[in-house]
Amino acid sequence: MHGLINRAIQSFVCATYGQDCWRRATEAAGLGFVEFEAMLVYDREKSYRLLDALCTDLKRPRDEFLEDLGTYLVSHPNMEGLRRLLRFGGDTYVEFLHSLDDLSDRVRLAVSDLELPALELVECSPNEFELRCFPGMEGYSSVLVGILRAMADDYGALVFLSHLGNRDGIDVISMTLVESAFAEGRRFELGARSS
Amino acid sequence: MDGDKLGDLLETLCPMFALLDANGCIRRVGPTLQKLRPHRSMAGQGFLNLFELVRPKTVTTVPELMAAAGAKLSLKFRDEPKTALKGLIAPLPDNQGAVVNLSFGISILEAVTDYALTSADFSGTDLAIELLYLVEAKSAAMEASRSLNLRLQGAMLAAEEQAYTDTLTGLRNRRAMDHILEHLVSSKAAFALMHLDLDFFKAVNDKLGHAAGDHVLREAARIMLEETRSDDTVARIGGDEFVLIFKGLLDKSILAKIADRLISRLKQPMEFEGQPCVISASAGTALSSQFSAPTPTDILHAADLALYAAKRSGRSLHRFYCEQAQAGS
Repeated sequence: MHGLINRAIQSFVCATYGQDCWRRATEAAGLGFVEFEAMLVYDREKSYRLLDALCTDLKRPRDEFLEDLGTYLVSHPNMEGLRRLLRFGGDTYVEFLHSLDDLSDRVRLAVSDLELPALELVECSPNEFELRCFPGMEGYSSVLVGILRAMADDYGALVFLSHLGNRDGIDVISMTLVESAFAEGRRFELGARSS
Repeated sequence: MDGDKLGDLLETLCPMFALLDANGCIRRVGPTLQKLRPHRSMAGQGFLNLFELVRPKTVTTVPELMAAAGAKLSLKFRDEPKTALKGLIAPLPDNQGAVVNLSFGISILEAVTDYALTSADFSGTDLAIELLYLVEAKSAAMEASRSLNLRLQGAMLAAEEQAYTDTLTGLRNRRAMDHILEHLVSSKAAFALMHLDLDFFKAVNDKLGHAAGDHVLREAARIMLEETRSDDTVARIGGDEFVLIFKGLLDKSILAKIADRLISRLKQPMEFEGQPCVISASAGTALSSQFSAPTPTDILHAADLALYAAKRSGRSLHRFYCEQAQAGS
């Protein structure tokens, strides 16, 4: 799994549960090191072992943990850069949802060896959507649920989200847009680059 | 098509257009272009009064501008901020004026900040937003790579330092000495090489144990560092064997004095956990000037011969390598 993903988990755990929790989990998973390098690629199996160790340590189910990770990626000040990159997807929440079709390509444009599963947005009605999450990374759809929820807040949209589960190997998330301008949302200026 | 209809069409397709009349006066501009000068309506102003042609330089009048159809134009605002723009002019039929379409070139990065532009200010086919996204994504990726590189470089320096250091004494090791000697010889530098051997070290080790032996080696190393200059090399090349290299020093009387001081200090008993450890030292020195074309092996061998001459003459002595005497023996 790409170092950026491992690093994101590390950042989330350290910011939310503290360094001690992180250190215990890396030991329990037998990683042999404490810090991930963002720009190196690690064995996928290592990352999943670590996830199991973290969930055991925190006594939380994996999908809940991953949803919180997704929320962290958008809403925590540490991750302002990532939030901005997602906001480039569009001016409104619906435009953002449509931009998810290109997400894995956009990501590869920035970091060529970071491969994310393909996504497909299906418009069931003007206010109802399904996001189909293709296989390739177990747990990815749970992270996405957290991201989608936090991005709705970011745009000020009121959205109902639910993880419908797996249909023929494809994870499906359903979304109902109740109101696109429910709250103020957070500002996004093209030129205000995060440092 | 009349001017209004044309203006409406342009507004949809290119939000940074300027529609000019035959005199080069602006009739209408796209909303994004107007946003760049929000307090002053552009319509009614002379295009060349508002913008300066940077390239082609020859275009300074309206007829010249009209004649530049199809050419790549580089322009900038005459007033601050003098944002650079790219442009293309297409004359309208029957000498009715022209359409100029403008865009930000590389100035897009500053322009979005200077004018608080949003994605709604760009046409749907414009790659500006993708460009901004890429710049930001690539900068973040580059930053992550750069921090990895810095850490790797630090680790490499530490590993190199370790590879050239004798971990017990902190002196240079055999590898470092070989490296330095090779460099001095190939650069034809003048230097003296002293081979120093501790006497009775084995006895200390056997009688008082390894910890005492290690202590003696560290103390000996400290003395050697104190008695040499900072750019001299002091290396531990074997158990109780040391090589000292004095760069630029060929004066035998100075070298003899250094050797005597070293030996007399090393003879002083060193205390370890209340026990006195007594050692001594013998040394032999060769000079690079004693060879017409020295090699590292020649010089090390010569210093070795001098060391054994010193040992044969009794302990705690220093000898120089002597060409004639060695040739005879």
